[in-house]
Amino acid sequence: MSTTKQLLTSVQVARFVAQGFLRLDGVVPQELNEDAIAALSAGIPAVSYGTPLAKAFQEDTFIHRLLALPVVAGALESLVGPEPTVDHHAVHVREPHEGSAQDLHGDAIIDVRPDAFDVQLMYYPHEVTADMGGTLSVPGSHLRRINETDIGRVQNLRGQTRLTCPAGTVVLVHHGIWHGGRRNDTGRRRYMYKIRLNPTVPQVRLWDTSDLHDPAVTAELNTYFPWYEQATARLEIHNRVLLWRALTGDDTFDIDYWVTRVTNRPALRSHA
Amino acid sequence: MKQQVLVLYLATSALDSDVVGWSRYDGTGRTHPTTGDADEPPYKTGLAALQDGWRLFQASQLIPPHPGHEYDTSFLKHEFFFEKL
Repeated sequence: MSTTKQLLTSVQVARFVAQGFLRLDGVVPQELNEDAIAALSAGIPAVSYGTPLAKAFQEDTFIHRLLALPVVAGALESLVGPEPTVDHHAVHVREPHEGSAQDLHGDAIIDVRPDAFDVQLMYYPHEVTADMGGTLSVPGSHLRRINETDIGRVQNLRGQTRLTCPAGTVVLVHHGIWHGGRRNDTGRRRYMYKIRLNPTVPQVRLWDTSDLHDPAVTAELNTYFPWYEQATARLEIHNRVLLWRALTGDDTFDIDYWVTRVTNRPALRSHA
Repeated sequence: MKQQVLVLYLATSALDSDVVGWSRYDGTGRTHPTTGDADEPPYKTGLAALQDGWRLFQASQLIPPHPGHEYDTSFLKHEFFFEKL
């Protein structure tokens, strides 16, 4: 296994900007998964808000080992930069046959920062099958301005993701993503470990930008999702363009002229 | 008579446009719909729900964007409430 930090590509970061999450399937070794399940069952230590990540966890903990995996460390650095701080972390359990799901929600409170975002890492140490209550998430929902469970009335959206995954899967999500723990219809507990990280540096070109001008970047950013209303979908692309401009420092980037057109304000000139 | 409620979120403000989201609440207690319990909508359009006997009792208003917030996105805009008794 590589020990070099594996930064994300521009295409991967563009996918994160469009979808609000990035999946890394089965990237955690089984030995670490087994240690994690034991630790999650026993409970995890509290970490004070704002603790530097480098000081938050001892080296022999599964959390330190998880976050030090080159693929995980590289993805996190690509999104939140070096030396992030820990917002909070928690063990999420969906109990066997518990009968109901969480309401669809965004975490914390409404958070509309246009040029910064937190990342939540969700780690599934065991296989999650279709009936185990894997996290429901809604691709492309992260830039919609809602507060926590105010969206709870909505049960299903076309194109939603009902997570199934192999053991050792990590999902990195934008803080605004709509999600919820689904009903667990099996006899097994379903564990998920979550940690939220806050950036401490401007989130500008933190990834491997060697493919920044790959047409696939624009294709990712121009993705429409099946649950979008016809008109609002165009606003989603407009808003993604603004976020991509912030992340790249390129205030000329556009897709289909959506931003350029509505910001065109020719100055009055004298023709004398 | 106990009420069954179907909420459909449509692609445009037209009732015959495609369903993009949905929720169900069952006052009879015979079913227990919940978040994330299906990937396929119960009807293709709002009109298809009418044709199947659901009665429309509320539709979201058309509200112009608030000045300065024309590009903000938030809740789904085109929400239609139906019932069966």
